[in-house]
Amino acid sequence: MMENIQATLNERASVTPNRTIKMKTEKVTVHYGQKQALNGIDLEVYERQVTALIGPSGCGKSTYLRCLNRMNDTIDAAKVAGTILLDGENIYDPDLDVVELRARVGMVFQKPNPFPKSIWENVAYGPKIHGLAKTKDELEEIVHTSLKKAGLYNEVKDRLDEPGTGLSGGQQQRLCIARAIAVSPEVILMDEPCSALDPIATATVEELIDELKQNYTIVIVTHSMQQAARVSQQTAMFHLGDLAEVGDTEMMFSNPSDKRTQDYIMGRFG
Amino acid sequence: MSTFTIIAIVLLIGAIGATLGFRRGSALRAEGGRKPHSRPVYHASYVFTWGVIPALLVLSVWLIASPILNELNVRGDFPEGAVAEANLTDDLAYGIVESIGSGLRALPESERETVTAETPIAEAVPLFRQYGVPVASASADWMIPLAIERNAFQDISRWAMTLVVIALAAIGTFHGYRGIRTRLRARNKVESVVNSMLVIASSIAILTTVGIVISLVSESADFFARVDPWTFFFGTVWEPRFAAAGSGGAEGQFGLIPLLAGTLYIGFVAMLVAVPIGLFAAIYMAEYASNRVRSVAKPLLEVLAGIPTIVYGFFALVTVGPFFRDLSAQISGLLTGDYSAFIQAQSVLTAGFVMGIMLIPFVSSLSDDIITSVPGSLRDGSLGLGATRSETIKKVVLPAALPGIVSALLLTASRAIGETMIVVLAAGVAANLTINPFEAMTTITVKIVQQLTGDLEFTSPQTLVAFALGITLFVITLCLNVYALYIVRKYKEQYE
Ligand SMILES: Nc1ncnc2c1ncn2[C@@H]1O[C@H](COP(=O)(O)OP(=O)(O)O)[C@@H](O)[C@H]1O
Ligand SMILES: [Mg+2]
Repeated sequence: MMENIQATLNERASVTPNRTIKMKTEKVTVHYGQKQALNGIDLEVYERQVTALIGPSGCGKSTYLRCLNRMNDTIDAAKVAGTILLDGENIYDPDLDVVELRARVGMVFQKPNPFPKSIWENVAYGPKIHGLAKTKDELEEIVHTSLKKAGLYNEVKDRLDEPGTGLSGGQQQRLCIARAIAVSPEVILMDEPCSALDPIATATVEELIDELKQNYTIVIVTHSMQQAARVSQQTAMFHLGDLAEVGDTEMMFSNPSDKRTQDYIMGRFG
Repeated sequence: MSTFTIIAIVLLIGAIGATLGFRRGSALRAEGGRKPHSRPVYHASYVFTWGVIPALLVLSVWLIASPILNELNVRGDFPEGAVAEANLTDDLAYGIVESIGSGLRALPESERETVTAETPIAEAVPLFRQYGVPVASASADWMIPLAIERNAFQDISRWAMTLVVIALAAIGTFHGYRGIRTRLRARNKVESVVNSMLVIASSIAILTTVGIVISLVSESADFFARVDPWTFFFGTVWEPRFAAAGSGGAEGQFGLIPLLAGTLYIGFVAMLVAVPIGLFAAIYMAEYASNRVRSVAKPLLEVLAGIPTIVYGFFALVTVGPFFRDLSAQISGLLTGDYSAFIQAQSVLTAGFVMGIMLIPFVSSLSDDIITSVPGSLRDGSLGLGATRSETIKKVVLPAALPGIVSALLLTASRAIGETMIVVLAAGVAANLTINPFEAMTTITVKIVQQLTGDLEFTSPQTLVAFALGITLFVITLCLNVYALYIVRKYKEQYE
């Protein structure tokens, strides 16, 4: 029975069209000092799809996510090993600068963290650093499109010079998404982007994610099973630093093959 | 009985009361289905409070009031005209009576009888001196009976005080102990006592400030009654000649401008040194240094803050000043062939430079705290967009920390303005008005010290000017501090 499901899943994965591998990790381990947080994760992230990472808290989801754009470099104690590929290229390759990598693999954090600057400045920040706009008009254009893509433009178009910190929580988070989009990343990593938001703001952000997947590859950590089910195509279940199970989202929720996944999903769904 | 013994006895009574109160509190049973309101420890504090606080209050009032009453009493008994005859003031006369009084106390038991109200002063004085109590030569015969009277008053007062205070402690403790019952709200009462003690502590701080300001203002008013405020605030010459005793006339000139200019100039040079170095040190500490480096370097920087300023002044006088002078001699020698120094050993530059070094730890440690308090999520946000570390610091961290840093700098500036010792040693005491940083200038604080050193009466403009200078300084630093606080408050709102 179990093997059957696994087979079906594999089959589905192989037959589903448009499954280009965008990022791939092999035997990725992370240590924080002596403590091992990830024990060799093999995972493939597909282009223009949403991959959800779920699992009980402390199992290493954020740690894994931070591997994908080398944000773990900023934590002194963290040591990452294994292979992480972006378009088949090792992201630790000396030729690939970390600054460049992070422009290609953007990140949205758990708590909205707009800079204490104007809304416009927040979005223009990335393009300015990377010199993406040659003229003032181009920059203006980038800011406006990014805000539009983040579904925030209509709400803020009259007050672009007001501080970003003055927006509501949901708006702040969409501003952070706009800020990430503005540097035209290929992959967007989101670490529980809705955990600080109310249900209505959450719904708005979820819709946004659904639209964004047309243009971007998205990896999202979420503690909400419903959210994973609603927005993602692929789900990876983490447990105590291991990848317990990975597969098609629908399949994962209807027919989890791993005991731990079953327990987790059952527990959550009551 | 000494005051300390009395306090010790009061505390002892209170402690016994507290112990008993604790027992009684523990023994309380629920009454009519309601538990005791407070835990035994509050009953203990309640009894202790009743025993100790009223007794100590009475004690302190007594200690203050008794000498005043005694003085009034003795002064009332001064013989008519005797004070004026001896060319004394009432204050001085009472001072002498006091020293005769302590002379009497210094005599050993056996000799105390020899001095009576009838003993002539000429016999008594050598005796007092023999036991180490000097008495002024202006003393007179009529003072001895008054001194005896004063001592008697003191003795009675002390006995009465001892009795009253200890009785009060016992009564208070008993009252508190008797009051313990199930529904006694001892907890709330103790709370309100704690509350009022805190209020008292903070009002002492506030009242002291108010008192200082009032005294500054009233003495300055006295000064401005003698010297025109206009010539003080806008005068460009500082030359407060001391009038020779009795000669009168020669007032001198009290122009604030050279001092104010010196103060601001030296402060400015100091900030020029301290701000960049301190700020870069803070950025390094907060953003780049590993924990290991930080744990060593930060305390080291703070040691710099613990060095007394006089030591810096010393360093300026002995090392930095001569170094600058010799350096300038070499430079001018190379350029013009004339080896004469254009930097004086005591100069604005020397004082400013050394003061700047002194201020580095203030700038760096205040700014470090402010930079570290910028939320890490902002750094992550910027790094996550592909910014480098220095871009992140320049574009996100520093702008976010800016208001805090500005206020730290204002606080530092007010320290620079108030600094004295370094200036005395490094820039001298000459009140020049110049824009050449290589010459000597001096500051307000230095002149305050200078005007107040020596044997003085606080009646001449030469000494009263110190208060006018003091209040000027106070207003400047107050403005800086208030503005700094205002900025800090605004900055806090941004993140909450
Ligand atoms: N900066 C860090 N330093 C040390 N240990 C950490 C750090 N971040 C996470 N960890 C540890 O790594 C494990 C995984 O954490 P994390 O990736 O945050 O889990 P999740 O996001 O799934 O809740 C946890 O045990 C956590 O304590
Ligand atoms: Mg997490």
